[in-house]
Amino acid sequence: MSAPAAAPSIPVTVLTGYLGAGKTTLLNRILTEDHGKRYAVIVNEFGEVGIDNDLVVDTDEEVFEMNNGCICCTVRGDLIRVVENLAKRRGTFDAILVETTGIADPVPVAQTFFMDEEVRKFARLDAVVTLVDAKFFLDRLGDAPEAEDQVAFADVIVLNKTDLVTPEELREVEKTLRQLNPYASIHKATRSGVALDAILDRGSFDLDRVLELEPSFLDADDHDHDHVCGPDCDHDHDHHDHDHDHHHHGHETHHDTEVTSVSLKGGELNPDKILGWITEITQAQGPNILRLKGILAFPDEPKRYVVQGVHMIVEGDLQRDWKSAEPRESRLVFIGRKLDRAELEAGFKAAAV
Amino acid sequence: MPEVTPLPLSGYVVDVHYVGGVPTFITGDGAIALGTAGRVVKPHAGGILASALAVDGKSVITGGDDGKVMRTTADGTSRLVAERGRKWIDVVAAGPGGAVAFASGRTVVVVDGAGKVHELERSRAVLGLAFFPKGLRLAIAGYNGVGLWFPGTAAPVQELEWKGSHIAVTLTPDGANVVTSMQEMALHGWRLRDGQHMRMSGYPAKVKSMSWSVKGRYLATSGAGVSVLWPFFHKDGPMGQRPLELGGRQELVTRVACHPIEEIAALGYDDGMILLSRFSDREEVLLARPNGSPVSALAWSANGLELAFGCESGAAGLVDLAR
Repeated sequence: MSAPAAAPSIPVTVLTGYLGAGKTTLLNRILTEDHGKRYAVIVNEFGEVGIDNDLVVDTDEEVFEMNNGCICCTVRGDLIRVVENLAKRRGTFDAILVETTGIADPVPVAQTFFMDEEVRKFARLDAVVTLVDAKFFLDRLGDAPEAEDQVAFADVIVLNKTDLVTPEELREVEKTLRQLNPYASIHKATRSGVALDAILDRGSFDLDRVLELEPSFLDADDHDHDHVCGPDCDHDHDHHDHDHDHHHHGHETHHDTEVTSVSLKGGELNPDKILGWITEITQAQGPNILRLKGILAFPDEPKRYVVQGVHMIVEGDLQRDWKSAEPRESRLVFIGRKLDRAELEAGFKAAAV
Repeated sequence: MPEVTPLPLSGYVVDVHYVGGVPTFITGDGAIALGTAGRVVKPHAGGILASALAVDGKSVITGGDDGKVMRTTADGTSRLVAERGRKWIDVVAAGPGGAVAFASGRTVVVVDGAGKVHELERSRAVLGLAFFPKGLRLAIAGYNGVGLWFPGTAAPVQELEWKGSHIAVTLTPDGANVVTSMQEMALHGWRLRDGQHMRMSGYPAKVKSMSWSVKGRYLATSGAGVSVLWPFFHKDGPMGQRPLELGGRQELVTRVACHPIEEIAALGYDDGMILLSRFSDREEVLLARPNGSPVSALAWSANGLELAFGCESGAAGLVDLAR
């Protein structure tokens, strides 16, 4: 075959967040700032994007179920169609931004980029970026399950409008965000003023980059279910605050969320057992598992095995070598609803060698 | 190998048609390239997303991301058929008497031969359109089936239901059967006389190209490492029949075009190769060597002596089979 190398796939950033969180402001910044990249933008309603760009397209959200109505295999039909059309204009843009409505479920958006072969050939999901309104987020948790899902599903969280809350309120929001999603990177901002390189070109779904982006991931909570301090906590609070916060967990500062995370940690694992178990658990509990990510150590295997998943879609591969100083430990994080911590721990432990 | 005249184009070749006998290439960057002398017109403000040849073969209908539907003739003259603001027009069809249909989102619009506009709102997005060969009747594919609509009448839309997302639709040339291509990598058919379902599955990819052979005897399809041709000349159509398989390779067939006169088909592949294959003995002739870019457009001249082709990379050309 004399085929030349395939054209590189186009990165897709999904911008989500509840109504009023600042998505449009951020979108307009991305479209106007001088970063040398041309974006095709997919929105659900025109009008608010103040840019005249012939590569801004609006679509009517069309969620449907693939695979004979499997409820977790939902995709966005309108996105399949728009991306196929954008493929015909290849060369006129470098990346795609998808802005979802405030109440949109980010999961079908993400799954579209894994489940449709044509879409997958042309475009790859780069990251799900969720904007959070620091002032109203905690109120939203009570009345809008979408707000919870958007945070739980995010790779990057922009904690916006921090100037509208007190430092104490901000800490409380952050803790709740960590409780929902211990491994997303959190960037605090006012007026959506986040550095664009913190949200674009992240490679969050790229197995080679999983966890290299999130060095604190390995320090994330694995000792206490309710301990929610993650990467940014360590940067922003001194240790005293940290302990103080911890003390109040489960009391007045703990927000009940349906979404939780379970972090598992162990030594080397039997590859057949652990991968079989992951397949089994994602098949059985797919609808409840929003995301999973992990690094696994296998006996006599010099490379780290990296795995990531969305509902029932799980991808895994051997990645870089373990460094000599690195402990050969296996880590696996689940984020989802109604997760049975004891069951997950038992399944994980059963794969130990 | 027959002689090939290369005609490199500026963008992704969306489609190709013989318009008034002139090979006419439609590209994603908005160009309509007419003939071999380098003549190009750009009737849209942006890109072109879909096209269809008028039933009389004298004009091509295009839908663009500028929200316009245009009709262009072989002399390069374009005129506006309809306009829809900032909507992308990515599905178009041409019907009897100069009728044109197009869709954007959930809305279907028919402009009949007299220029009268008929509009229909569907409950889900419209993904494929095809006119019946006679009268003014339109098949509308979408989520969970096909609607059959008589524009300009009060008759309710007849719904043909089948669970799943139907992304394209075609009719047997006698108008007796409706066939759709599905997101779920299968074809589905309905025999209109009695509503009998036809399931045609086993594809490893979505079927993006369907072509009826002469007299509608076979429906040739893309979406596998062979072109699968479903026989429609039996009493029960393709049901219980083995389909014909042509041009088996490791590469995916991306485009098919049945010859207008003989029982042969041109098959375009994912690597840019084009084969000619005869139904009776599956004899093959190589028409174009692999160029690395998927074949995205194929069309025969009316006399079947010339084949026009285009690829995603903009590679395109004409194959002379007159010898």
